Amino acid sequence: MSVQIQSLTRHAPKASRRLLDDVSLTVEDGAFVALVGPSGAGKTTLLRTIAGLDGPYEGSVLVDGQALAGRPMRERRIGFVFQNYALFRHMTVARNISFGLDVLPRRARPDRAAIAARVAELLELIQLPALGGAYPDQLSGGQRQRVALARALATKPGLLLLDEPFGALDPIVRRQIRRWLRGLHDQLGLTTILVTHDHEEALEVADRLVVMQDGRIVQDAAAEMLDVAPATPFVMEFLGEALEFAGRIAHGRFEPDDQDVLSFPAGAGEGPATAFLRPHETRLVAGGGAARATPLAGGRGGLRRVEVALGARVVEILVPPERLDLIGAGGLGLEIGRARLFRDGVPLTGAPPAANGRERARVAAG
Amino acid sequence: MAGPSGRGNAVLVAATYLTVLAVLVLPVLLVMAEALRAGLPAAWRSLLDPDALSAIRLTLVVTLVAVAVNTAGGVMAAWLVTKYRFRGRGVLVALIELPISVSPVIAGLVWLLLFGRQGWWGGWLERHDIQIAFATPGILLATLFVTFPYVARTLMPLMEQQGREAEEAAFLLGAGFWRTLWSVTLPDARWALLSGILLTTARAIGEFGAVSVVSGHIPGLTETMPLHIETLYNGYQTVAAFAMAALLALIAMATVLLRSFLEHDFRKASS
Repeated sequence: MSVQIQSLTRHAPKASRRLLDDVSLTVEDGAFVALVGPSGAGKTTLLRTIAGLDGPYEGSVLVDGQALAGRPMRERRIGFVFQNYALFRHMTVARNISFGLDVLPRRARPDRAAIAARVAELLELIQLPALGGAYPDQLSGGQRQRVALARALATKPGLLLLDEPFGALDPIVRRQIRRWLRGLHDQLGLTTILVTHDHEEALEVADRLVVMQDGRIVQDAAAEMLDVAPATPFVMEFLGEALEFAGRIAHGRFEPDDQDVLSFPAGAGEGPATAFLRPHETRLVAGGGAARATPLAGGRGGLRRVEVALGARVVEILVPPERLDLIGAGGLGLEIGRARLFRDGVPLTGAPPAANGRERARVAAG
Repeated sequence: MAGPSGRGNAVLVAATYLTVLAVLVLPVLLVMAEALRAGLPAAWRSLLDPDALSAIRLTLVVTLVAVAVNTAGGVMAAWLVTKYRFRGRGVLVALIELPISVSPVIAGLVWLLLFGRQGWWGGWLERHDIQIAFATPGILLATLFVTFPYVARTLMPLMEQQGREAEEAAFLLGAGFWRTLWSVTLPDARWALLSGILLTTARAIGEFGAVSVVSGHIPGLTETMPLHIETLYNGYQTVAAFAMAALLALIAMATVLLRSFLEHDFRKASS
């Protein structure tokens, strides 16, 4: 099922603050989209609005080209999974799962045997075939999450909405259930919208990321494009640790303000600009300046954390172990040629060169 | 759990039992003893007196109606003030609790002021030949007012803690309002609901003050059990008074036993 949202605006109750501010978004049939952003960005509000929860809004929300308001729930074919599962505590797992079928009007409701068969099928699907008679209190967090999913899937929805579904799970279970969910999405041909504040989770499971901030969509792009061409410095910083270098573009080169940071070619017009890049995208160049570097404890992904003194400023970068022997030498320069350039919060075209983009993708994959 | 000083605990437990015995059990036993002083047949005969039977019947009818109405009203009120935020919500919460803080006598007087012969609507009621004060409807109104808070009050903390997610989940799964209330909200709150209903029952059976003001104490007509006990006692019919009192106490104890019995049963069923 597809979702088209046009200029959706919602106000906070009794306040002029906008929870959602002119949000437009299209989700194609079969897509797996993640809404990401810091807490308070409006992700959950957007998801709840699509589901038809909460009060009035301005703008339009169409699912498969039709407005949802006024249509009975069972015709909407939306499955929703809450952050805290919202299972019915006084019902068994089987009764929880069959709830959506049990409440159908008599003429539309399958008979008892058909409902029992559907429950058994879903218990099999969530790999808990023996737990139909258990109560939610007797299950672990991961099991409850899967029961909540089965309950949402019982009526065969076409659109699955998930609100921080992995938030309360431990990392190993999270990873498993995330892969399983993606498999399920592909297997059942669902359209899925997932809300999460964890960008790594979103990058792993979704085809497309919609980054939100202060009730607005700041970027809507394929997962791999976000890091290559972030739309704003916020997106760059939200997606991971970022180093910021102020400077200006003159004569086709970006000239950093900081000492011992090397300039690099930039195709954009002259004027002030800010360069952002990941700590692992920097490179120390022997004889490039007067910077000094000190190895720190720790690192990430096989890279070592190194502190670099650039005159008055100190930055932390990540360096491959085989380049650590450079550090003792002193007289270093910091090369930042893979940076994304922004001016007034808007990316500058012409940077970064496309070749670098491919290289980054390779680094991220390895 | 025994803690470092087992002896101190034992003393505390003994003191608790003694207090319970002296304050709660002894009075009931004394009432029973007084009732049976002239033998069981005499006590039994006193309960079969027409006025006594009428008092028992009136009490049961009033209690039944009050419990039914206040259960429905209390569920709705608790649900409204815990699941929604709206203007005037705080006032509504205070109003729900009002009958607890207002003396029942005042509650009775208010009904008289409204429906009594000299009251605001007294003339109109008299012209249409509707009897509210000094009649069963008045007693019912007084009891309804006094017992209104109990179901709502016992449900409110639990419903607050329930939050709205389970109801939203039910709504998104296609359940309507009544279905959600009946199969999601209330079953989850069944303990608080049952406890509230039993409190309401006990309070409705035993209500004296408000009922006393509006009833007019007409034996055989507008006397409930507590009022009849007073009449009998003031008329020096000690055995009859205590027999009725013993019956009232037995009903109350049966209510409590029923509650623990049901609780035990439910626990077993759900584990």
